[in-house]
Amino acid sequence: MDWSQSLRLIAPEETLSIAGLVLLLIAAWGGDKASRLISILAVTVLVGAMALVAPALCSSAMGPDTSAFFGQYHADAFSSYAKILIYLSAAATLVIAPAFFERLGAMRAEFPVLVIFAALGMGLMVSATDLITLYIGLEMNSLAAYVLAAFLRTDGRSAEAGLKYFVLGALASGILLFGMSLTYGFTGTTSFSGINAAVAGGLSHGALFGIIFMLAGLAFKISAVPFHMWTPDVYEGAPAPVTMFFASAPKVAALGLTMRVLLDAFGEQAQAWQQIVVFLALASIVVGAVGAIGQKNIKRLMAYSSINNVGFMLVGLAAANQQGAAAMLFYLTIYVAMTLGGFAAILMLKDEDGNTVEEIASLAGLSRTRPGLALGLAIIMFSLAGIPPLFGFWGKFLVFQAAVDAGMMPLAAIGFAASVIGAFYYLKVVKVMYFDEPVDVVKGESDVWHKAILVVSCLFISPLGYLLTKWLSALAATAATALFFAS
Amino acid sequence: MSGFPILSLMLAVPLIGALACLFLEAKAARSVALIATLVDFALGVVLWMNFDVGGAQWQFTERLEIFSGFSWALGIDGIALLLIMLSVFLMPICIGASWNSIEKRVGEYMAAFLLVETLMIGVFAAQDIFLFYMFFEAGLIPMYLIIGIWGGADRIYASYKFFLYTLLGSVLMLVAMLWMVHTAGTTDVPTLMAYDFDPQVQTWLWLAFFASFAVKMPMWPVHTWLPAAHVQAPTGGSVILAGVLLKMGGYGFIRFSLPMFPEASAYFAPLIWGLSMAAVVITSLIALVQSDMKKLIAYSSVAHMAIVTIGLFAFNKQGLEGSMMVMLSHGLVAGALFLCVGVIYDRLHTREISRYGGLAINMPRYALFFMLFTMASIGLPGTSGFVGEFLSLGGIYQVSTWAALICTTGIILGAAYMLYLYRRVAFGDQKNADAAAMPDLDLRELLMVVPLGLAVLWMGVYPESFLAPMRADIAALDARLARAKPAGDSAPTIGKAKPAHEESAAHGGSH
Repeated sequence: MDWSQSLRLIAPEETLSIAGLVLLLIAAWGGDKASRLISILAVTVLVGAMALVAPALCSSAMGPDTSAFFGQYHADAFSSYAKILIYLSAAATLVIAPAFFERLGAMRAEFPVLVIFAALGMGLMVSATDLITLYIGLEMNSLAAYVLAAFLRTDGRSAEAGLKYFVLGALASGILLFGMSLTYGFTGTTSFSGINAAVAGGLSHGALFGIIFMLAGLAFKISAVPFHMWTPDVYEGAPAPVTMFFASAPKVAALGLTMRVLLDAFGEQAQAWQQIVVFLALASIVVGAVGAIGQKNIKRLMAYSSINNVGFMLVGLAAANQQGAAAMLFYLTIYVAMTLGGFAAILMLKDEDGNTVEEIASLAGLSRTRPGLALGLAIIMFSLAGIPPLFGFWGKFLVFQAAVDAGMMPLAAIGFAASVIGAFYYLKVVKVMYFDEPVDVVKGESDVWHKAILVVSCLFISPLGYLLTKWLSALAATAATALFFAS
Repeated sequence: MSGFPILSLMLAVPLIGALACLFLEAKAARSVALIATLVDFALGVVLWMNFDVGGAQWQFTERLEIFSGFSWALGIDGIALLLIMLSVFLMPICIGASWNSIEKRVGEYMAAFLLVETLMIGVFAAQDIFLFYMFFEAGLIPMYLIIGIWGGADRIYASYKFFLYTLLGSVLMLVAMLWMVHTAGTTDVPTLMAYDFDPQVQTWLWLAFFASFAVKMPMWPVHTWLPAAHVQAPTGGSVILAGVLLKMGGYGFIRFSLPMFPEASAYFAPLIWGLSMAAVVITSLIALVQSDMKKLIAYSSVAHMAIVTIGLFAFNKQGLEGSMMVMLSHGLVAGALFLCVGVIYDRLHTREISRYGGLAINMPRYALFFMLFTMASIGLPGTSGFVGEFLSLGGIYQVSTWAALICTTGIILGAAYMLYLYRRVAFGDQKNADAAAMPDLDLRELLMVVPLGLAVLWMGVYPESFLAPMRADIAALDARLARAKPAGDSAPTIGKAKPAHEESAAHGGSH
């Protein structure tokens, strides 16, 4: 293990840090006039970072060769899979954001820089194989995210969202830190492989409390019930492109991190945390579904939908095996596509003056006034509801298959039955768009980039997506193998 | 014909038509839809012509390993062939029925219909259990839109009820499917049909499948979505709902529940008999008091489907063949009856029975065809309804005389509500001036009802054409069920054969 190899392994992080600093300097000298240029450069950097992480996935990198800085960081196939999703979501955010902020006159040069730093932190989260790296990555991401939530400084709701996110996020970080310190105290190490070896013989009460507190902190970050309360408020208050970012990239990072902690560090003691995860999963599915029914704001609806989806993904984690991890990664891929497409469609809902329309009731009769947009949104809603042959079904299918194969029939049966409740509110959106008389509120012109993202994600989640299953399953399986190999 | 992917082609034609319809204006969309369904019907005829009766059990098989976790596996046996034929035969008629009555959003309507056709053929042709599930479930989306957009006053409630009811039933089935695939290690339907699951577990699996198929069928008491959906759906939607979508439940029983879980099927047979008996009597009585024509026919569908389930769970060849015949016949007859309702609904825009009367005077041709389908629904010998009901009830008589007795009352009650309906609509005085002024069937309507009438008579007079393709498959299923067959209470004894020279003399008396 030498320094040059470690530095080579963290090339994507180095690229992002240096690019972020350079762009910050450009922002300082160029001012807000340069924001478009900085956005374009930032997207280029993110695409470059994707190219840097892709080889690890394609060559199924795993094991000691991928370990940097004495086991603090792993650049294996798992982290590379998650990072591609994270960078993709970040890039998509940067592509759609300028049109939104410029209309409000609020586009600032810091926006792309903050997104890059958030992506950097998230990359560290999924690569972390040490509690310290984990925390650095998490806080780096969170700090950028708090600012992003409050990015529309003049908008009261946005400021409120930022503050709420910050206060509750800080609390969750504290709980997480407390859990980490307990874990360290009772296992004597901060490295995941060390913890794994220490708990292999048996779990002390102290370490058990460590797991519970760490899970509570992580559950906040992935917005799993009962730590989900911040999500609807923050999603509603934050500017729409930021909400899209929150619903996609940090979910991937936090879930990847949770998988690393539970499967790597505490993989030997799966039965200690499995029941907690089962509870989080079922509670998220049910609360996410029931909570969404009464919502009138489509961003709040998407917030509950994301809680609901996290519940389904946790079903894969509850299986606590390689198949479950691969299913989660596959689900995350589909989820990211649905989220990006969904928010691109939401951003396209604009009234005559170009203001964003967020009321679900204003979508009435959209299928007659804007048939293409309505079709796209309907595809995403049916896909989120998990109705075959749309691709959203396949994600649910895989996680439940993992649960059934692991012998967790009741979890699968209850989870699936609860997905019917979820179907109700997705159907409601379709009903409003297709069955109701038009109110003709949505009239604004759509940005070409929004259209492009909507079209691409709709094609991905259409039945055509199944043609990719072989390829994506192989990649997800490789990533999951790497995750289990690291311990 | 071997090697040519005719089933994939039959799936592709309506799908391409559906995509085209989305971008076309009304007139062109109608033509495209009609052409696509007619092409598919022609392909269906080719399929039937080339089906080798008595040949391999699974024919026209295709298998492409292009997905992970499941494969694109298609293939049909005689049972699937007949149900596919039913679908492709009814589809052009549905398009015809919607020709003038659908005025708004025609392109989307036709696209939804063609999508339904693709999915129906897919359900009957899928040889991979997960592929089957996808086709089975995907039908919800277009049907939800058809009921919700083009339905009547209470369409939104009906569409929700239809969607959520059937979805809840299906997801439980999916969990069972996942377990089966995990245990048996294959997604191939023919292999699973021969796999022996532990009888203890079969009970749970059977119940999970039952939850889905009973709702789709629909069996009493989970039938309540059907009248709501039927009444609110446009005529074409009702025809396809009654004609083909209801057959998915029966097909599910015959393809999955019975061969895969024979022991559990025998264990739960009394439950099915009980529910079917209740359904026949209760829904027939409900049908008797309806004032809405579509609701009446919807309830009669539930009663007929109960005859199907009773035949399926008779565990003998007669019962199984009978229930297949009832399914095919009901597909034609219920479709035709909804069409008949649609014809007069288009003229007067009401389904209230009391708003009509004496139509035989001003619409003689209409009255003739309506009479034919009424008789077929009752099960008059010579029409398709008779063959299936007779075989089903004969089958159940061998295992449960009580069930046979009570289900046979369904025929009497069926005659009561259908004849009562016919009398009120077609006979009597012309008490409503607007109803009396309605013109008779035009060419378009004749083109729809004449083929249906001919098919009904064909199936009634010479059912062998329909029994022959599925005989071997029914026999195979019967052999598979033999080990779990419940003991019958009728104990029929075979009489002694009489000497040859007496036979001709005794022939007349013995029948």
